[in-house]
Amino acid sequence: MRALKSFALLRESWVGMAGAFIVAFWIVMAIFAPWIAPYDPLELMQPFAEPGAEWKGGGTFWLGTDSLGRDILSRIIWGSRTVLIYAPLATICAYTVGIVMGLLAGYRLGWWDMILSRIADIVLSFPVLVLYVIVIATIGASGINIVIAITFASAPGIMRIVRGLTLDLRNRDYVAAAQTRGESDWFIMLAEILPNARGPLIVDACLRLGYVVITIGILGFLGLGLPPPDPDWGGMVSESRSLAMAFPYMAVFPCIAISSLILGFNLLADGLREISLRD
Amino acid sequence: MTEALSPDVPLLECKDLSISYFTRAGEIPAVIDFNLTVHPGEAVGLVGESGCGKTTVAMAIVRYLGGNGRIVSGGITYRGRDLLSLGAEELRRLRGNEIATIYQEPMASLNPSMTIGRQLMEVPLYHDNASKRQARDKAIEILDAVHLPDPARIMAAYPHQISGGQQQRVIIAMALLANPQLLLLDEPTTALDVTVEAGIIELVAEIGEKFGTGMLYISHNLGLIRETCDRIVVMYSGEAVESGTIDQVFDEPRHPYTHGLFNCIALPTTDKNARPLVPIRGQLPLPHERPKGCNFGPRCDFFQAGRCDEGFIHMRETDVPGQTARCLRWNEIDWAEHEPERVQNIPTEVGEEVLRIDSLRKYYEVHDRSLSALISGKAVRHVKANEDLSFVAHEGETIAIVGESGCGKSTFAKVLMGLETATSGTLDFEGDDISKTEVGDRSAKQIGALQMVFQNPFDTLNPSQTIGSQIVRVLRRFGQADSKGEAQSMMLKLLDTVKLPRDFARRRPRQLSGGQKQRVGIARAFAGEPATVIADEPVSALDVSVAAAVTELLLDIQRRNNSTLLFISHDLSIVRYLADRVIVMYLGQIIEQGTTDEIFNPPYNPYTEALLSAVPVADTNVEKRRIILEGNVPSPLDPPAGCPFSTRCQHRLGEICGTIPPPRQETESGHSILCHIPLDELAKAEPVFSFKDTPQAAE
Repeated sequence: MRALKSFALLRESWVGMAGAFIVAFWIVMAIFAPWIAPYDPLELMQPFAEPGAEWKGGGTFWLGTDSLGRDILSRIIWGSRTVLIYAPLATICAYTVGIVMGLLAGYRLGWWDMILSRIADIVLSFPVLVLYVIVIATIGASGINIVIAITFASAPGIMRIVRGLTLDLRNRDYVAAAQTRGESDWFIMLAEILPNARGPLIVDACLRLGYVVITIGILGFLGLGLPPPDPDWGGMVSESRSLAMAFPYMAVFPCIAISSLILGFNLLADGLREISLRD
Repeated sequence: MTEALSPDVPLLECKDLSISYFTRAGEIPAVIDFNLTVHPGEAVGLVGESGCGKTTVAMAIVRYLGGNGRIVSGGITYRGRDLLSLGAEELRRLRGNEIATIYQEPMASLNPSMTIGRQLMEVPLYHDNASKRQARDKAIEILDAVHLPDPARIMAAYPHQISGGQQQRVIIAMALLANPQLLLLDEPTTALDVTVEAGIIELVAEIGEKFGTGMLYISHNLGLIRETCDRIVVMYSGEAVESGTIDQVFDEPRHPYTHGLFNCIALPTTDKNARPLVPIRGQLPLPHERPKGCNFGPRCDFFQAGRCDEGFIHMRETDVPGQTARCLRWNEIDWAEHEPERVQNIPTEVGEEVLRIDSLRKYYEVHDRSLSALISGKAVRHVKANEDLSFVAHEGETIAIVGESGCGKSTFAKVLMGLETATSGTLDFEGDDISKTEVGDRSAKQIGALQMVFQNPFDTLNPSQTIGSQIVRVLRRFGQADSKGEAQSMMLKLLDTVKLPRDFARRRPRQLSGGQKQRVGIARAFAGEPATVIADEPVSALDVSVAAAVTELLLDIQRRNNSTLLFISHDLSIVRYLADRVIVMYLGQIIEQGTTDEIFNPPYNPYTEALLSAVPVADTNVEKRRIILEGNVPSPLDPPAGCPFSTRCQHRLGEICGTIPPPRQETESGHSILCHIPLDELAKAEPVFSFKDTPQAAE
């Protein structure tokens, strides 16, 4: 019911609608990849085919092929699965950790706040990229490790937002009312404070999703993403890097895919913010 | 600016003014057919409940309506000049030089990064092209005129370094610097304590006399208007419903709404048992849901279908010259005959002792890490939030705890509720000492037996849960209901008790008005059938007509449950109305306690005396002795060594007050006063209130 109502509100913001449309487009791509993609993304067919070239085996390489002869369009479509599985998963993990830390620091204050905030400061003082390289280099490159690395690097930022919101909300009378009827700290944090902090958090989550998409792309580009030969947008850009001058399309199309998804998330966040400001 | 002011030409005139806001939902009329005249040197009060359009009128006069507000018809003239046809540059000059506005929040009107002096000097520098030296002299002179002590120090201070009352005085000084002809005051004292408010009111009255400034005084407080203004305009739902001189409107109101308002406020003649408040039924209509005909129709006892709901009703002259009312039936209603039916309540039996507080202390530690503090060995200082509190509460009794902000009444509530623990002393509740038991360590029965109603209706309910689920949670928590179904039906019964429709259970707090939310708050507090309920200013944020209904509801439920009610408030009118006994606090200490009669009659503690005199009374029958306090409440970090009130006391004896703690003097009946002055000396004080003729309802 509420989701429907939010969607109805979103329709009034064309920015948000555009974002929702782009994101929905990629979700459809990811879900129906086996039926939409014209070829197997791993099949070696005809190297260096230009976009629009015909294949002897029948059909067209709409976006060309890479140096090993794999169809770029199919790889982009299959690659959307990687991004759309790991980006939300990583964001959810980062939020879970960040929210728990932020609530504890902001509600209990004192030593909890002191220790958690200092941990966050230490993590945030590292350049993010260095942090990823260190974490992935230590635990190895795999899908789950991407999630761990992103959680490690973004949870402190989320914690600060949640802590700030909690500091404000903990002084509300309804929190005092819950305290005076002897509710546990966890009940107060999860039932009284967190639901009322959701507005800014949803907007931030959307922005962060976009950012995580970039991160996954970067990790792929640096060779810290999914191990080859799985299709991965960042990896595709990286593989075609040395050939980019001669065959620009090999890098350009995956780049467009990455940017469009990020744009989609950011527009959606803008739309949501607009709605949340309205009432 | 130099032209002579003729008293015949009104300073300000609003004629048939209509203002609308244009929103996504369409045009919303905010003010309809509004007329007002302010003559030079005259103070006109504009009274109404929230959303009635009084601030919109003020904004329209200075043409600050914002992007979506527009004057639809009618006109505003200032000394014969049409304000609506002025260009931007002329308007700017007018706003600075001739019309000055003072708002509610003093801190929001001052620039926190500039000294007071620089902000004040800007006015003569820019408006009169004065030299720096002249500007400085002028600023100091004006600070003196608003009775700020030590103007040179104030000039050098930043806004946060002076108190709220001083800030408001600075704002008034700033407004006066340009020598305005018209002052618009929009709830200028609402954010201030009563004793500070009294000082500001006196200042405003003095300004009117001294400078001949015309004033438009906007407030929701009828008492305040009575004490500051010459004439009054009462607004309801966008329309002026009645206007006239103060005496006319207060003594013989002609509009049923005005009548209703006076029945809603606690006056010295009201009494919770013999003469309770009569709330106006229903609610204020939303601006886009106003009824046809008379806006007050649906809530009016004299409504006549087919007449009052026919067409637009104009303001009409009454038989008294100068008094107008927007009512078709103003001369048909015989008010003497229609004395509203008042419920006769049976006083609650005061039963056995429920709560005994003995020498309760609550200190907060403040760590000072500065070098000088380390050297002097005063690294840890104590804020004495509660010092030596002792009193007893009985079953069915209503005890009011009165004091201004910072007196420690909220800290006491926290200790009582177990959100804080006492530093020393005992707090016996139903036989157990709970002074050092945090709420988490109290039994469910103890918690349920001691509940609280909170102050801010917009904060008291969790916005993301339904009303029903919040009450059910409390019922389950206190073990009142064993099953979900049982809790559900009990919750619906509670909604009946607080007179809310049952389908509110599924609503969320944002769909409720302030008064309705406060009713839910009351339902929640009484869910565990508490022995004692502590109410922290439960109606101070509500509109007059709503507050009366909520107050009556609270008293009604208290009577039914025979609970003890601890009523925290700064408003002595309401305290006089509902309390059996009163405790007056100042700077963490109980400075006087006794029955309500004892508190409101001599002997007074000097602070109580000043507090009583500061409360605005909306009754022309009551004469008040004026006592204006000097200075500010001292910091609780550094209270006076002797009597806490010695720094501001109007009866200060001398050295002894500041150095030796005063004795607690007690009469046989239990009336106790903390003061060096002997009781029989204090008893010689004249009563603060005196009545012109004896109120009929005293029997």
